[in-house]
Amino acid sequence: MRELAASVISDHVAEMCQKANIYLGEDVFSALKKSMDTEESPTGKEVLKQLIENVEIARNEQIPICQDTGFAVFFVEWGQEVHLTGGTLEEAIHAGVRKGYEEGYLRKSIVDDPLYQRKNTGDNTPAVIYTDLVPGDKVKISFAPKGGGSENMSTVKMLKPSDGEAGVIDFVVNHVKAAGPNPCPPIVVGVGIGGTFDKVAVMAKKALFRQIGSKHGDPVFAELEAKILSKINDLGVGPQGFGGRTFALAVHIETFPSHIASMAAAVNINCHACRHLEREI
Amino acid sequence: MEPKKISAPLSDADVLALKAGDNVLISGIIYTARDAAHKKLIELMEKNEDLPIDLKGQFIYYVGPAPAKPGQAIGSAGPTTSGRMDAYTPMMLEKGMKACIGKGLRNQAVKEALKKYKGVYLAAVGGAGALLSKRIIKSEVVAYPELGPEAIRKLEVKDFPATVINDAYGNDLYADGAKKYAR
Repeated sequence: MRELAASVISDHVAEMCQKANIYLGEDVFSALKKSMDTEESPTGKEVLKQLIENVEIARNEQIPICQDTGFAVFFVEWGQEVHLTGGTLEEAIHAGVRKGYEEGYLRKSIVDDPLYQRKNTGDNTPAVIYTDLVPGDKVKISFAPKGGGSENMSTVKMLKPSDGEAGVIDFVVNHVKAAGPNPCPPIVVGVGIGGTFDKVAVMAKKALFRQIGSKHGDPVFAELEAKILSKINDLGVGPQGFGGRTFALAVHIETFPSHIASMAAAVNINCHACRHLEREI
Repeated sequence: MEPKKISAPLSDADVLALKAGDNVLISGIIYTARDAAHKKLIELMEKNEDLPIDLKGQFIYYVGPAPAKPGQAIGSAGPTTSGRMDAYTPMMLEKGMKACIGKGLRNQAVKEALKKYKGVYLAAVGGAGALLSKRIIKSEVVAYPELGPEAIRKLEVKDFPATVINDAYGNDLYADGAKKYAR
């Protein structure tokens, strides 16, 4: 049995909150730079240039890439040989978020009552935390500051099995088309297929953690990813929706077995500031 | 084409000189407001009470900035999605606002109101929060401090870049831009 103190988790979380908001992942940054070569619209190129410059300013001055430093979302893979001491996992993560968002001059964007009072909680808690118990003695924390703009453009639909591949393509492409400029293109599109109404949404979110440039392990789904990406870019929406060839940088699909009567599907969109950080403790 | 330099207060003539697709550089005063502040302003307007700021000829920027680090005028400060303010915008235009800055689609009622009251809708580059914060040289909370990031701030900006999306003639860059590059 390995002992792990809650305070250790908090310290890591506090650091991850700041790093994820200041340093864009190399895969995302590369994708933005590469798209300068394929973008045909002069306005589109100008937008991409500003986004690239923005990433550099954030790094150099240690300030957040975007003012929306997001809902703190965590996926924790807890090794079953690890014994947590000195507090609950939820308390540990919340303490880390509180510290990270304060020390890092990050925006506090959470309100308590979602419908009536909507009073800011002042410390960007609570976080959204998913925990899986896994074999072993390591704790893996994946963190994403998930912005509201892209999140608002996300959706779940219970398709019919008879809708088939064409149904999935239409669902994703039409949804992204309707979102248009709103989620700050160029976007990264996470797609979930299978599972239940709730599971498929989480899958779509997990899909956003994949490295840009990676393909789905199954060549059939890898081809579907490429097909959907091509159709999305053919919409011509372009960077920031001003018109161009770079509406999306990537489409990632996650699948799960399905009920015989269902074909659940979900789209979770991320903007160009596709921010996420993984750490093994 | 060179970006057009514009400043508040904007007249009808200033607005009519702008066309969808124009790039602009804003210098001078910009006020900020988003969901919660708009709700409060509209409630005051409906009761015919005084507003905490004079809207006539002014820019309203839809933003909730990150906190400023020591030495900064303001933290990262890119635009929020404008569509959430659609319900309030026609009345803001009626009361004298001349330009709103955000990102994303506006609804038909807003586009009609921009024509009727002679206003423009500008987009700043979404997610370029760090870059845009450098064009803001001063920031001061002037109303609703309890709203934190959603308070109304008076900003002084220098060469703040934006693009005209919806002009006072009914043109729409989002509609025209995509058409050109669709395949």
